[in-house]
Amino acid sequence: MSERKIRVLIAKPGLDGHDRGAKIIARALRDAGMEVIYTGLRQTPEMIASAAEQEDVDVIGLSILSGAHNTICPELMKLLRSKHMDDVTVVLGGIIPEADIPGLKKAGIAEVFLPGTSTQEIVDFVRSHVRSHD
Amino acid sequence: MRKKWGESSRVSNEKPAKPSAEIEPPRSAARPQRFTTVSGHPIRQLYTSADLGHWDPERDLGQPGEPPYTRGIHPTMYRGRLWTMRQFAGFGSAEDTNARFRYLLAQGQTGLSVAFDLPTLMGYDSDHPLSRGEVGKCGVAISSLADMEALFDQIPLAEVTTSMTINSPAAIIWAMYLAVAEKQGADWKLLSGTLQNDILKEYIAQKEYIYPPEPSLRLVIDTFEFGTRHTPRFNPISISGYHIREAGSTAIQELAFTLRDGIEYVERGIQRGLAVDEFAPRLSFFFNAHNDFFEEIAKYRAARRIWQQEMRERFGAKDPRSWALRFHSQTAGCSLTAQQPYNNVVRTAIQALAAVVGGTQSLHTNSLDEAWALPTEFAATLALRTQQIIAYESGVTNIVDPLGGSYFVETLTNEVEQGAREYIRKIDTLGGMVAAIERSYPQREIAEASYRYQQAVDSKEKIIVGVNEYVSEEQPLEILQIDEGVGLRQEERLRRLRMERSGEEVHRRLDGLRRAAEGTENLMPHIYEAVKAYATLGEICDALRTVFGAYEEVAIT
Repeated sequence: MSERKIRVLIAKPGLDGHDRGAKIIARALRDAGMEVIYTGLRQTPEMIASAAEQEDVDVIGLSILSGAHNTICPELMKLLRSKHMDDVTVVLGGIIPEADIPGLKKAGIAEVFLPGTSTQEIVDFVRSHVRSHD
Repeated sequence: MRKKWGESSRVSNEKPAKPSAEIEPPRSAARPQRFTTVSGHPIRQLYTSADLGHWDPERDLGQPGEPPYTRGIHPTMYRGRLWTMRQFAGFGSAEDTNARFRYLLAQGQTGLSVAFDLPTLMGYDSDHPLSRGEVGKCGVAISSLADMEALFDQIPLAEVTTSMTINSPAAIIWAMYLAVAEKQGADWKLLSGTLQNDILKEYIAQKEYIYPPEPSLRLVIDTFEFGTRHTPRFNPISISGYHIREAGSTAIQELAFTLRDGIEYVERGIQRGLAVDEFAPRLSFFFNAHNDFFEEIAKYRAARRIWQQEMRERFGAKDPRSWALRFHSQTAGCSLTAQQPYNNVVRTAIQALAAVVGGTQSLHTNSLDEAWALPTEFAATLALRTQQIIAYESGVTNIVDPLGGSYFVETLTNEVEQGAREYIRKIDTLGGMVAAIERSYPQREIAEASYRYQQAVDSKEKIIVGVNEYVSEEQPLEILQIDEGVGLRQEERLRRLRMERSGEEVHRRLDGLRRAAEGTENLMPHIYEAVKAYATLGEICDALRTVFGAYEEVAIT
């Protein structure tokens, strides 16, 4: 039985251009054997949701360092629900105050990775949380 | 009853708390097999005169204040005058930031430094749909001259020096600053400060660009030309390695790409018809101050040496002020950890000390809480105090270039210089920096270095205290909350502005700017007139977008 590779969309929403983290994660997940698509910069929630749909991804990884996470994340989650894409695991990394994390998880973000997280932790999380597709 | 030592103050069956710091280093922190700098540059056990090779103190070290400026650009350095303590600040509305500026000046800060929010950096007004959730978050929101007037309310621009971290819309923000100065009655000839205005490093590292490289460079050279005539004491550019380093480059890459960017700007200025010595004395630089103490010092020393040679040999500059590389430095934001944030105070102090020993002209020290959010007033004050302690208590300001003549530091300076020169030659052969950027050459080099470093951290080849070793439980930190209402208040303010100003005049000025942009004349006077008519930042950027188009990068991962 050949298993489908886990497909991940790494997305950089908002106006911020600091893409060091997004690029490292994209490469680490690819090195771990996943199929990774990087959106590039300045993606709106609409652009991310439709890219995720077109690419049929299992996971969306968001990188936000600008403080706009409380606006962007709930918007994206709403769009995914309207597209019946509730089974996509959405994770977030960046500069995120601890006090914001419960709200983000309530909105449907599966996990928030803070600065200092090792790439292995993220690889492990993705592997263990993605539902296997047939 | 008095407690005996070792008794717990609470009655419990818990095991005694673990001390927060282990005395024995854990097994994985055994001494490494390979000794390298934070950039991965190999370091030998001991350096002797044999390492210096053909090093000639007369030629390679010289005297401070004289070429090759290895020892610093002033003969007396900090004995004559300390560096400028310039803390970057900006958040919320113009009024919020104005209050922080006045506080920092009252605390003994000697220069202002404005952080703008992302919509402003990207040329969008606060009420643009793409600005949602970003207004006032990473800096202050400035959409029009009215905001700029509030930002500098009761701050006399003829008496302070102001650094403005703005790139793609730099000409517009500068025009607003000049208009505020004019309203205050300040003589432009006395205005002193720095625009970042370094668009090349945006394509390379920070990615806050609007237009393609050619029209962007035209705007940069417009500010050089305008400044040469009207603001002789204002630095129209701060050629920046800081963001290149933050994006994950090595120290050598930071140095090389920054200096090669500088070379590109000088070439463009000369192509415009300016004499090199007319504008080169006002070029300034901005470097990172990272963790590796000696490597950073070597980087600053090598920077001065390479720049003076390039200016003399490549461009034939005759004025010594064109040869001397002046630089601002900022401690490394990317070195700050979210874990055990108080450790960041120590990191920042070491980094700041390297910048000072390396001969910086001005310095920003980061705050301990910046891996979480913008700094609180408490954290920002502590960061400023760190500089004051180095300046007044450490004794390092008594002496010029204290490490000059060290076998190690001189060898490392030579090695960093050589590594940077190789990169500069490579970019020359690619046809210059714009051509190199279009081929993603510097972007790819940085991404490689950044990934290598992450792997070294993940494998514990490089230890980060509190992150991959010496981890402990901790309490959440109190951080600055940005008022979510700023965006709405800005929208209301813009609505009022658009009602009160003369729509006809705005229209006429924007039209004039668009026509000028289609030709070749200097755009600064047109931008200035548009700003004074209260055309917004977004409207002016849009006018230029219609002529110049927008840039999109080829994303590499």
